[in-house]
Amino acid sequence: MATLGRACMLLGLAVALYSVAASIYGARAGRRDWVASGRRAIYALAIILSVAFATLEAAFLTSDFSLEVVANHSSTITPNFYKATAVWSSQDGSLLLWVWLLSMWSALVLYFTRNRAREIAPYATAVLAGFAVFFCGLLVLYVNPFGMTSPVPAEGSGLNPLLRNPAMMIHPPMLYAGYTLWTIPFAFAVGALITRRVDAEWIRLTRRFALAAWFFLGIGIMLGARWSYSELGWGGYWGWDPVENASLLPWLIGTAFIHSVMIQEKRGMLKVWNASLVLATGTLAILGTFLVRSGILESIHAFGASTLGTPFLILIGLMTVGSIVLVVLRRSALRSEHRLDSLLSREAVFFVQNLILVALAFVVFWGTFFPLISEAVTGTKASVGPPWFNRYTVPLALVLVLLSGVGPLLAWRRVTVANLRRSFIAPTAIALAVMVVLLLSGVGERPLALAMFVFATFVVGAVGQEFVRGVKARRVISGESPPVALVSLVRRNRRRYGGYTVHVGFAVLMVGVAASSAFAHPRDVRLSPGQSAQVDGYKITYVRPTTNLANEKISLGAIVDVSKDGKQVARLEPSRNYYPSRDVAGLGVIGRFFEGEATSEVGLKSGLTRDIWTAVSPDLNALMPFIAEADKKFAKAGPDLQGLLVTALTERYLNQPPPAQFRFIISPLVMWIWIGGLIVVGGALIAMWPASRSSRRRASAGAAARVARDLGRA
Amino acid sequence: MDPTRKRHIRLVVALSAALLLASALVYTSFSASSEAKEPSQLARSANAGQSYELTGKVAAGSVSREGNTLLFRVRDRNGSNSVAVRYTGAVPDPFREGREVIVTVRKQGEIFVGEKDSLVTKCPSKFSNEQNKSS
Repeated sequence: MATLGRACMLLGLAVALYSVAASIYGARAGRRDWVASGRRAIYALAIILSVAFATLEAAFLTSDFSLEVVANHSSTITPNFYKATAVWSSQDGSLLLWVWLLSMWSALVLYFTRNRAREIAPYATAVLAGFAVFFCGLLVLYVNPFGMTSPVPAEGSGLNPLLRNPAMMIHPPMLYAGYTLWTIPFAFAVGALITRRVDAEWIRLTRRFALAAWFFLGIGIMLGARWSYSELGWGGYWGWDPVENASLLPWLIGTAFIHSVMIQEKRGMLKVWNASLVLATGTLAILGTFLVRSGILESIHAFGASTLGTPFLILIGLMTVGSIVLVVLRRSALRSEHRLDSLLSREAVFFVQNLILVALAFVVFWGTFFPLISEAVTGTKASVGPPWFNRYTVPLALVLVLLSGVGPLLAWRRVTVANLRRSFIAPTAIALAVMVVLLLSGVGERPLALAMFVFATFVVGAVGQEFVRGVKARRVISGESPPVALVSLVRRNRRRYGGYTVHVGFAVLMVGVAASSAFAHPRDVRLSPGQSAQVDGYKITYVRPTTNLANEKISLGAIVDVSKDGKQVARLEPSRNYYPSRDVAGLGVIGRFFEGEATSEVGLKSGLTRDIWTAVSPDLNALMPFIAEADKKFAKAGPDLQGLLVTALTERYLNQPPPAQFRFIISPLVMWIWIGGLIVVGGALIAMWPASRSSRRRASAGAAARVARDLGRA
Repeated sequence: MDPTRKRHIRLVVALSAALLLASALVYTSFSASSEAKEPSQLARSANAGQSYELTGKVAAGSVSREGNTLLFRVRDRNGSNSVAVRYTGAVPDPFREGREVIVTVRKQGEIFVGEKDSLVTKCPSKFSNEQNKSS
């Protein structure tokens, strides 16, 4: 397997290099045969890297510990799902996943555009192949996913327990899919700038890829948040950690790009801005990958191999300088075809929204890289915490939510006062009514949260009104029933109504974030069985301890009853899992079962109005003298005796339970974060779904009519 | 007004606003930041009341609890100098002796009091070969 995998990597590097050379030569010399050959090399690269990835997957699934990466990240008792997904829990495997996904997307986009964009495509191919050269080069020269172990161990180390969560195992491929997909519009933008073909063609060719990049990156971010909430034992979903921030940066700039390209498509404006945004997004996607691997910033994610920092920095430097040079050199070709007609127009709102998104990204970038900036300026490494991030991001997010409601209400070019009144009255009235209700309920104590609720209501009202109007219009034209009219309305304009649905999802998500940030009641408390604590009107009682010995872990937990006004609301069973360490010499033959990695199983009662969240940290101090004694007396115990001793210790914990440390959080509307995320996913799917042939014909006819009208005016 | 002049005025106003906001951002980031220090640096030069970001490893045999308060010592990554920390709040799962931690602290007498919920334990990560060899 190692030989096959290594051969694939070397071949992949050679093929990617050939693709760069053939594409550039073909474009410069006007040789279509060489261009086609460069494109076909990308297809071959996708096949070669698929074989390499499948080989590594097979090695994990068959527990082939002759490969170092398998021995270090899997074991025979690792469940099959985690064996399959452990591939990308290693540095080497995740880089292979990165370049494999890149090759697949590259092959896909080049296949779709094989008969189009003949000038742009060769350069785009060269850029995509250039990325493949970089990553294949890393996998050949710096890290080797097919490195061998000697001697071959009988058992592997197993997967890091913290990663044994379905969300965590799907989260990296989603992020990588997002990062790699952003390289597609990046490559085509570079091609368009080199060839001066800066009309909207490259945007149309890569629109679906940009949307997919945004979509997958968003899902990756949401899954990371969900994992943090349910697995990390601190009860939060976002901590402004540098690696979290790294994924947010391309998502923010990508969101700006997805909106502003509409202005270029509709009105031929903002070409410099769009080119800059997509080049920045592509560069930030690489920066995100770099941050995860370089270890240059203090993060919850400790990543070992800092040797990759230098090649990544060189790549990012090249991308940044190259992007700036290209935009500056092509500034005359990037002139806008039209000027902004009015500040009261959809394009003006889009532009302001773009500025807000870029400002948000700048804040996140500055805060994330502040340790490096402060070290460069003052000589001392300093960092800013969540309060600093919140000070800027909360007001900007508020404006962003408001604009996501205003945008759909405004027409392109300009709106009249009468139109404004007609569009804004209903959503504004609904938002004001909700504000009055919330003020009467005492929400006014938290003005920023109140503003978010009111703005989100406005968004839902505005988008709802657009749907109602559209359905009414459909019914007038076709006489369809309301549900049928709704379906055909969305089918006929998936991009618009998919986008509107995303706006609603975003507003709902932000309501969940605002409510759970402003009104959460956390409490840390130490309880013995039978004792209770009060948290936000709930009585929480530690009923009794629990233990469970499973295949790979020891679970020590608690049964917790939650009641309100004398009525039981929930029974929760938080626990802490202890995974055995292999360090027998250092931790002892029994101690290693309790001193290895530990993870929390959160006790969670989710509801539409509030979550009751709890995590437990059992106090092992009472067991320590017995563990130490067992380590001394039974230093040479075999697996069976070890099992008996561990069972005896857990029974002792069960029968004479010491006090346990609990963290309780009563948090309102958290569920709406996940519901909002799902609505966003649904809306994005609607927007990405290919339009039917008849819709495309209608769209083409519409475009032709617009061109004719413009020509008539000219 | 001449449209070109109007555009220039708009541009100047927008750039001034952006500059103003960026200045605020820069100023507050420097004034609100916590210096990252290792235990030996804090032991030498910490000022009472000032906030620092303490980074280092949890010293062996130093972890204990007093009610809801977690007591531990943080030592230099490559050295044995350590400082005592009293901390209340969320304790991340990977926290244990020998792990790298980051915690925001203020000096109170001879010990350092951790800011609530500021304790971060580095994930012994997916990509950390060192950890995998030792485990």
